Amino acid sequence: MAKVSIVCRGIDIYKTYWRGKIPVEALRGVNIEIKNNEYISIMGASGSGKSTLIHILGCLDSPTSGEYYLEDKLVSQYTDLELARIRNKFIGFVFQNFSLLPRLTALENVALPLFYAGVKKRERVEKAKHILNKIGLGDRMAHRPNELSGGECQRVAISRALVNEPKIIFADEPTGNLDSKTGAEIMEIFDYLVEEGNTIVTVTHDQNVAGHAKRIIKLKDGLIQHD
Amino acid sequence: MTNIIGKITLSFQTFKAHRLRSFLTTLGIIIGVTTVIAILSLIEGLNRSVASQIQSIGSDLVFLQKHPMVMAGPRNLEEIANRPDLTPDDAEAITRLSSVDVAIPEISQQASKIKYRDHEVAQTRVTGSDENYSRVNNRFVESGRDFTRDDVLHRRSVGIIGSYVASNLFPEESPVGKELNIRGHRIMIIGVFKEKGAFLGQSMDNFIAIPYTFYEKIYSQRRESVIERAFFGYSVDIKPVPGKIEKAIDEIRELMRRRHGLTFDKPDDFEIGTQQRLMEIYQNITRVGFVAIVAIAAISLVVGGIGIMNIMLVSVAERTREIGIRKAVGASNQNILLQFLTESIILALIGGIIGIIFGVLLARLVSVVSPLKAAVSFWMIVLGFGFSAAVGIFFGIYPARRAASLNPIEALRYE
Ligand SMILES: Nc1ncnc2c1ncn2[C@@H]1O[C@H](COP(=O)(O)OP(=O)(O)OP(=O)(O)O)[C@@H](O)[C@H]1O
Ligand SMILES: [Mg+2]
Repeated sequence: MAKVSIVCRGIDIYKTYWRGKIPVEALRGVNIEIKNNEYISIMGASGSGKSTLIHILGCLDSPTSGEYYLEDKLVSQYTDLELARIRNKFIGFVFQNFSLLPRLTALENVALPLFYAGVKKRERVEKAKHILNKIGLGDRMAHRPNELSGGECQRVAISRALVNEPKIIFADEPTGNLDSKTGAEIMEIFDYLVEEGNTIVTVTHDQNVAGHAKRIIKLKDGLIQHD
Repeated sequence: MTNIIGKITLSFQTFKAHRLRSFLTTLGIIIGVTTVIAILSLIEGLNRSVASQIQSIGSDLVFLQKHPMVMAGPRNLEEIANRPDLTPDDAEAITRLSSVDVAIPEISQQASKIKYRDHEVAQTRVTGSDENYSRVNNRFVESGRDFTRDDVLHRRSVGIIGSYVASNLFPEESPVGKELNIRGHRIMIIGVFKEKGAFLGQSMDNFIAIPYTFYEKIYSQRRESVIERAFFGYSVDIKPVPGKIEKAIDEIRELMRRRHGLTFDKPDDFEIGTQQRLMEIYQNITRVGFVAIVAIAAISLVVGGIGIMNIMLVSVAERTREIGIRKAVGASNQNILLQFLTESIILALIGGIIGIIFGVLLARLVSVVSPLKAAVSFWMIVLGFGFSAAVGIFFGIYPARRAASLNPIEALRYE
């Protein structure tokens, strides 16, 4: 894939939320480096800042201070439009609660990033079908999210994250809402993706899930405790 | 292109989900556009018929009257009544002016009923004039003959009838040579005027023209009341030499002041009007109508626009998560802005289209049940479209901006 071996790098990242006048320091100086084809699991107690971190890494949120680089470019210097392109093409994001659009079918949900990438309709459908077939949902394409099981929804969400062939995939507790068997199936998909050369960062509570990863980062109170 | 179609389909999906809400939202625009289209097309219809009437009367006539053309505000009727009457001699003197082609005296009154055997017509105007009547009034004698100088000089009891009178009194036979009876006087019909049609729902062909000399014999009683003295006398219709209308007006004024023996410090005791002036008066009246429409349109479109803004704000709030998801998979601020803007524009346009349809139907209905003839033109439909699109953009931009500026994570967290 990419020639650059370091995909992204965060230096001294802080994130402070404000609850009224009380500051909540979710991240307090995090340094992190993610290399190409790495499989990383971020672990930590509830409230330790895992989601906050992965959102910043996934360019969905910006740090209060510190520098975050994607392929050696400072993210804070990107315009809104460039950031949208990055979220569209460079990054695939999988949420704990799937975050599918309820009125769209599985196929349409998967094709959505292609729509914003400006891909023509026929190609959108082709690509989305291809990926849904690969993930084993070939017979569920016309279903809407409320007609799908949790595991199926998550597989649709993963397909959506993969459809634009991103350089890096972020998943915030992808198995958090699934039973252990379905969760294991999802993890197998991730294993396969890493084998294919993808770069993956997941957040999880589950020791078993984390076990799949080659690198585990432990967060505590907004700091990296162990890498 | 795929993007535009995609956005439009997207918008329609949203409307389908909230059909009633969407309809109620566009009600303001529907009402606004309906009113505007209906009233505009009625005014346009009125304009067209007035313009064609004024043209058909004859171009650039000058009218000399005892009383003003339009009584604007309280006027001293007594003063007008006490002015000297205009006379056929005045018309003759005016005809001799170098800037005037021809001038005719004209005097009229409504006859209650005119009968011929078992047929009758009501409210027929009886007009006294001279042999130049049809020339000045752009009339054409279709069958029979026009007046001659002799008819006037010898006070002949002859008349030329309008086509309305002809077709109602003589449905089967030729009227020429037949005799009518007005106030005990027999009138021999010598001709029929060509049809001119209706003006504001009134036939312009329900009249009979006779020599003014004969008219004076039929209506010989003195005019007693102030109103009668002010309004029921002669007027003079003047056809100036082409291109000399301004000069004609000056010459007529000068001549009449001399004939009435007015010293330079006295005001005119007669009124001179032109068709131009008539047109202006008419336009002033319709202008009031236009102002009223603009006001109605503005109010209802603002109300409609606020309705759209409101519903779009609700829609943005309801779909905050959707916005978050779209942004997370790569929708730019502009994508989101356009999505919501397309929605509000389409909503407004749907209202506009319904309004245009209702407006046209309303105009048709008015045309059917009243003498006003509506004229729907293409520019009104364009106007209706343009207005509703403008409302959609203007009132949609704020909610769309709000949607576009949402932070993806905060939007995703929204319950
Ligand atoms: N929008 C917000 N406003 C205020 N405080 C916030 C906000 N988002 C997160 N926080 C706080 O920041 C801290 C870190 O939150 P974060 O969601 O990153 O934790 P987490 O490690 O993902 O927890 P969990 O395992 O429960 O998902 C928590 O104390 C949380 O309460
Ligand atoms: Mg979390």
